[in-house]
Amino acid sequence: MSQFTISRRAVLAGSAMLLASTALPTIGRAQTPKKGGRLVVAADSEPRNLNPAIVASNGVFFISSKVVETLAEASFDGKDGLAPRLALSWEGADDGLSATFKLRDGVKWHDGKPFTSADVAFSALQVWKPLQNLGRTVFRDLEAVDTPDALTAVFKFSKPTPFQLIRNALPALSSVVPKHVYETGKIEDNPANIAPVGTGPFKFAEYKQGQYYRLTKNTDYWGKDEPYLDEIIYQVLPDRTSAAAALEAEEIHLAAFSAVPLADLDRISKVPGLKVVTKGYEGLTYQLVVEINHRRKELADLKVRQAIAHAIDKDFVVKTVFLGYAAASTGPVPKNDPQFYTADVPTYAFDVAKANALLDEAGYKKGADGKRFSLKLLPAPYFNETKQFGDYLRQALAAIGIDAQLVNNDSAAHIKAVYTDHAFDLAVGPPVFRGDPAISTTILVQSGIPDGVPFSNQGGYKNEDLDALITKASETLDSAARTELYKTFQKKVVEDLPLINVAEWSFISVARDTVGNIANNPRWAVSNWADTYLES
Amino acid sequence: MNRALTLLRRRLVGSIFVLLIVVIGTFLLLEAAPGDAVDAYIVSTGGDAGMIELLRHRWGLDQSELTRLANYLWALLHLDLGQSVTFSRPVRDVILERLPTTLLLMVSATALSFGLGSALGIYAGAKPGSVRDRVLSIGSLALYAIPGFWLGLVLIVVFAVDLRWLPIGGIETLASSKTGLDRAGDIAIHLLLPVSALGFIYLALYLRMMRAGMAEVWRQDFILAARARGLSRRAIVRHVARNALLPLVTMLGLQSAQMLGGSVVIESVFAVPGLGRLAQEAVAGRDTPLLLGIILVSAVLVVVINLLVDLAYTILDPRVGASEVGA
Repeated sequence: MSQFTISRRAVLAGSAMLLASTALPTIGRAQTPKKGGRLVVAADSEPRNLNPAIVASNGVFFISSKVVETLAEASFDGKDGLAPRLALSWEGADDGLSATFKLRDGVKWHDGKPFTSADVAFSALQVWKPLQNLGRTVFRDLEAVDTPDALTAVFKFSKPTPFQLIRNALPALSSVVPKHVYETGKIEDNPANIAPVGTGPFKFAEYKQGQYYRLTKNTDYWGKDEPYLDEIIYQVLPDRTSAAAALEAEEIHLAAFSAVPLADLDRISKVPGLKVVTKGYEGLTYQLVVEINHRRKELADLKVRQAIAHAIDKDFVVKTVFLGYAAASTGPVPKNDPQFYTADVPTYAFDVAKANALLDEAGYKKGADGKRFSLKLLPAPYFNETKQFGDYLRQALAAIGIDAQLVNNDSAAHIKAVYTDHAFDLAVGPPVFRGDPAISTTILVQSGIPDGVPFSNQGGYKNEDLDALITKASETLDSAARTELYKTFQKKVVEDLPLINVAEWSFISVARDTVGNIANNPRWAVSNWADTYLES
Repeated sequence: MNRALTLLRRRLVGSIFVLLIVVIGTFLLLEAAPGDAVDAYIVSTGGDAGMIELLRHRWGLDQSELTRLANYLWALLHLDLGQSVTFSRPVRDVILERLPTTLLLMVSATALSFGLGSALGIYAGAKPGSVRDRVLSIGSLALYAIPGFWLGLVLIVVFAVDLRWLPIGGIETLASSKTGLDRAGDIAIHLLLPVSALGFIYLALYLRMMRAGMAEVWRQDFILAARARGLSRRAIVRHVARNALLPLVTMLGLQSAQMLGGSVVIESVFAVPGLGRLAQEAVAGRDTPLLLGIILVSAVLVVVINLLVDLAYTILDPRVGASEVGA
């Protein structure tokens, strides 16, 4: 898998490698980590709830994954892409009705109490299943968690549940919180949601609103000699330009999650003492997608959707919008996924003439003004790139006689317009691929999802074949057979185009050369940082 | 002083109506914005229908607009500003934490623009049409034309990134254990750039007003009379300046509201944890109680500042009676 990652990196960020070439010797050099030091990191948002067991999102993990640990984390070379954390081993029963986790011995909570299987049972049943944004779906059929001894937790499911899904969900969905802290009072109102208590290498020390979060070293950590750092400070820098300036002024050591805009990377990579790192986000792939409202009669016609697919020059988008820091998509599973991706899907080459011909065939002839029909286009405002792609798409559609009117909203208004009011014809969205299509990918095309569910099929698309396939995959226990079903899923989605996948991208970190052991797992920015260190 | 008390009483009664209109207006405006706090929240989390319903219920967003407005006003009557949904804390606490920073920034920037602006204005206006007058007028206009965020960024690049004389942002050194004078000095150093960026923009306004006012007063009869009596030039400039200062004081009151707006941008650029940035976050998060709290506090601030300005007026120019100032 690590080899795959390297080749994928080359594909994904060919030019990024050139830019980062000055930094590579530092990444590759084997060094003995130094102890001590305060790492200062840029944070662009302040999550209100820092409990990763309730809010499984990157913004929360960025800070709290150092405090609260998961059962397993993502790994470049571990079996099934996983490395043990709080769990040492995991195994699913053949009937899909149970899964057994053996837990690590000698782990203590930050308040000194021992970590046991009761904490895992409590987290799974009282937090992940009823409260967590992603867990509510994945752990829907979790019925009980047996704890035969302090270091064994047996998950019991009411319906056969593919263990492959549970396994793939571990890095993001399995944050374990202490039962003794949460068992009294309402879990949602617990003060530990703001000042989390965990088993991780760092303890939560303080939060000054609008200024910083401070984590300090957990001297009782179970990892030998870990952590190396004494402190981590997340400095709140709300302005996108200030992260780059703060790096140059040597006020911070690291800006993750592309806090430094793509356009600045070329310049900043030439600053002595700074490195641009494109690795460490392989497990956090975002997809640039054109969402389609199938209630519009023109868009309900497959020929029109095919024409739109042919009108988009994916390579141009990768080069111009993402400045090369992305890859062109082939379908709903990103190329860098080691388990499910298949290239065996129909392709829609960039071909304006063909697109025009398809639209003529569909019966939408150009009018006297060269226009066939008008559409409302809503680009999601969350990323610069989604907004810029909106501008590009408008031009690309104009070339085939479709007049797209851009509607720009802020985040809350966009979410409401697209997912609740359905007041769009086309939208540009950035869904996330979370290591298994069943976590957040199949809902992009599945029918019957209630109004208002964000990042789901709200375009009125209904395809019984696809629905049946999704249901079958969710009940298939054999990993190989399940993977095959998702390969068929990809093929069918690209054939029928309920949405159009354009590109997929990950984030980029900029760090001082003195920061060591960065980007050493596929979800590095949201991992525990126990082995991260600072050279003096 | 009796006059001042009358003014105060009339102002207080008037202010309550002003504040009520401000609160209801803001509430309706924010309601008209598409999307609610839950929509803003799920952008970063996603979630299924059940979770969304749960959140709407917890944050009281499943109630009708009218009920929520009535509840808010009822709580306000008991001096309760409610609970912020984005911060899960009482609005009062969140605002009180940020208010001193913004006040410090505003007062310093106003002192800079008013002090330096009027001083330079007097300097320029003492000799209307001279070279120094023209240089100052053109220079200040150029400053006025520069957008605040750009001036802020340039200051950061020059003084924080290239020269490294000053910190690039924040209100004080992160997680330091400084206290007393040390801490005050630290805060002063951190505020130098944002205060300059905010103050220099409004400096031009005061400079030009002062200068124009002085040019006007120079032509008045009483100056001619003073000259005829053989007063020194210094004394005459003092007479001119004092009379030209009156409109600037009015401006000071009006400007305070604008300064609050300007601080939104400057606070973001310099990562200063103040009210302006908080207001921006409240709008983006559709945090109605928090935004209402901020607007209410800002409105009170503006009302109080204008009251002080009017009181200052009655002192600066005894001819202006309270009755003429109006409510």
